[in-house]
Amino acid sequence: MQESGKDSIDLSVHNATKNFGDFVAVDSVSFDVEKGKFFSILGPSGCGKTTLLRMISGFIEPTVGSILIKNQDMAGRPPNQRPVNLIFQNLALFPMMNVAKNIAFGLERQKEKKAVIDKKTEEILERVGLPGFGEKKVDQLSGGQKQRVAIARSLIMKPTVLLLDEPLGALDLKLRDQMKVELKTLQNQVGTTFVYITHDQSEALVMSDHVAVMNNGIFEQVDTPQNLYAKPATPFVAQFVGENNKWEITIDKVSERKALGITKEGFKFSMPLEENLQNDDILQFFLRPESILLQPDPSIRDLNRFFVSVKTILFDGANSRILALLPQSRREIQISLPQNRQFDHIKIGDKIEAGWNPGSAITFPQEKVVA
Amino acid sequence: MIKRSFFKSRYLPYLLILPQIIVTMTFFYWPAIQGLSQSFFLSDPFGQRSQFVWFYNYIELFTDPLYLKSILTTFAFSLAVAAVSLSLGLFIASMANRALRAKALVRTMLIWPYAVAPAISGIMWLFLLHPSYGVVALGIKEWIGVDWNPVLYGGDAMVMIVMASAWKQISYNFVFFMAGMQAIPKSLIEAAAIDGAGPFKRFWFISFPLLSPTFFFLTVMNIIYSFFETFGIIHTVTQGGPGGSTNILVYKVYQDGFVGLNLGSSAAQSVVLMSLIIVITFLQFRFLEKKVQYGG
Repeated sequence: MQESGKDSIDLSVHNATKNFGDFVAVDSVSFDVEKGKFFSILGPSGCGKTTLLRMISGFIEPTVGSILIKNQDMAGRPPNQRPVNLIFQNLALFPMMNVAKNIAFGLERQKEKKAVIDKKTEEILERVGLPGFGEKKVDQLSGGQKQRVAIARSLIMKPTVLLLDEPLGALDLKLRDQMKVELKTLQNQVGTTFVYITHDQSEALVMSDHVAVMNNGIFEQVDTPQNLYAKPATPFVAQFVGENNKWEITIDKVSERKALGITKEGFKFSMPLEENLQNDDILQFFLRPESILLQPDPSIRDLNRFFVSVKTILFDGANSRILALLPQSRREIQISLPQNRQFDHIKIGDKIEAGWNPGSAITFPQEKVVA
Repeated sequence: MIKRSFFKSRYLPYLLILPQIIVTMTFFYWPAIQGLSQSFFLSDPFGQRSQFVWFYNYIELFTDPLYLKSILTTFAFSLAVAAVSLSLGLFIASMANRALRAKALVRTMLIWPYAVAPAISGIMWLFLLHPSYGVVALGIKEWIGVDWNPVLYGGDAMVMIVMASAWKQISYNFVFFMAGMQAIPKSLIEAAAIDGAGPFKRFWFISFPLLSPTFFFLTVMNIIYSFFETFGIIHTVTQGGPGGSTNILVYKVYQDGFVGLNLGSSAAQSVVLMSLIIVITFLQFRFLEKKVQYGG
C-alpha cells in the first residue's frame, strides 16, 4: 500500500495500534481513503474510534503502525504541521471571539495579511451559508449555525483531510437530519476528504461513501453503506447496523435440496442451502424486520410461512414495526409495518400470517465463547 | 422549575437566620457605628472625656503629610503585592497544569503557605532577610555586593514586606487559577493547537481571556488582602518603618489609635480606609468587569 504511491489516496492508515498500558484501544487498523471521499468510522462508544481520530490528527502517536497523508509519513509531526483539521465534538468555538475572529484564528497564526484574511473569511462564510455573520458573537448563534462556523474555521485552513468527531451529537433530531444532508452537500462542493466518526449509524449511512464499522479496537468491516446493510461481514455488523432479529438456531436436517433451521423453542423453517452446512451446526441467524412480509400473497412461493400473534404495535411513521410472538414460543420478533394503510386493521392480540424468503436471512457460525 | 421546599411556620426562617444576624450586628455594625461616631470626637487618652468636634479629625488627616504619604505607600504596596502574587500564581498554575502526573500533589503542596498566619510568614521572611541575622540577606551582601538593609532603607523594607505578603497570597491565587484552567475545555486548547498556535499563543489568546473572571475576582481579593490582612506581616517585620516607609493605612490606624492613643483620629482613619476599599472595589467592578469574559 505504501509503495503504490497513488495520488488518489489522501489518507492511508497502516496497521495502526494504540496501547494504553495493557489496554489495546486500537488494534492493527489499516485503511485507505481516496481523495474527495466521505469516509465514516462507525462504532459504539469506547470502541477506539476517537483514539484513531486523535492519532490521525496528531494529538497522540500510534504505538505501532504508520499514518500517511498524501503519501507522507506523519510520524512525529505535531497536529499543526499535518495537513489535517479537526471539528470537535463540542465544536470548540472560542467563546470570547466573534465569528470572524474564530474563523481567522488559524490564518492569523500563519501571519497572513489582514486583507487576505478578511477576504477568505467572507468567502468561507458565504460558502457555509452564513454571509455577513462575521461580527456575531458565538453565543448569538443557533446550534446549526455554530456547526457551520466550526466547519468554516476548519475548511479555511484548506486541510487535505478534514476529521469530524461526532459534530452533530449535540443537535436535536430534526436539525441533525438537516445537517447530515448539508454536510454531505458541502463535502461534494469543496471536494475535501472527510473522515467522520460517529456512533449514529444513520449519520454514517446517509453521508458516507465508505463506512468502517469499528468494535473493540478493530475494524469489523469496511464497505459501502449498502453493502454493510445488505451483506454484513460479522455478527456485530449485522446487529449494529440497522435493526435485526437475532436467533440462535441449529441445523436440523440437511438433504440434497433443503436445510432446516430450528430455534431452541422448536420453531422450524427452511434455510438457504450453503455448501458447508452440516447437521447439528449451530448458527447465529439474522433477519431484518423488513424482510418479513405480513399477510404475504398466496402466490409467492418458497416462503417460510407461519402465524404470529401481535403483542405490541410500535408506531413510528415510516419505521413502524410490530412486536409479535412466534408460534409456540415466547420469543419476540420485530416485523416492519408498512404504513400504506393495508395493515390498519391489525390489532394487539391478532393472529396473522407472516413469511420470509429463506434467502433474505443472514447467518454466521456460532462464535466461540471466549473463556 | 426546581421545586423548592418551603416552611409552614412564618417565624422559622427568621429564627434560622437570627444567629448570623446577631454575629454580624455584634461584630460588624455595632463597632462600625461606634467607629463612625468616635471619628467625630476628640477624647483624652484615658477615655475620661470626649468632645464633639465635627470633621476636625478628618481635616487634620488630610492636611497631614504623613497620612497622605501613607496613602501613597499603601497604593504602591498593594499594587506590588497584587502584581507579584497574581503573576507568580498564574505562572505556577500554568506550569502545574502541564505537569499531569504530579498535579494533585503539587496542588496540595502549594496551598500550604496560605495556611501560615501572616505574622509567622513575616517572621520567616525576617529570618531570611534581616540585615544582621537573615541568611539570604548575608548572602546578598556577601556575593552580590548589594548593600541590603531593610532596617535602614525604606525601599529595601518595602521589597521585604511585598515579598512576605505576596508569598502567602501566591498559593491562594494558584489554586483559583488552577481551577479556572481546568474548567477550560481541553478541546478549545486543541483547536487552537491544530490551527497552529504554539503554547504561548494558546495561553495568550485562549486560556488567558477565559481566565478573566478568575483574574478579576483575584484582583479584588488581593487588593483587599493587601489593604487589611497584611497587618501581621508589617507588625512583625518593619512596624511601619524605617521612617514610616512601610506604614500602610491599616498599620497607621493601629499605631495612632492603640499606640498613640489618638482614638478620634484612628477612628477617622478607619472610616477613610473602609471608604477607600468600597470605592476601589466599586471601580474595579465598574471598569474591569466590562472586559471580563464570563463563560461561553
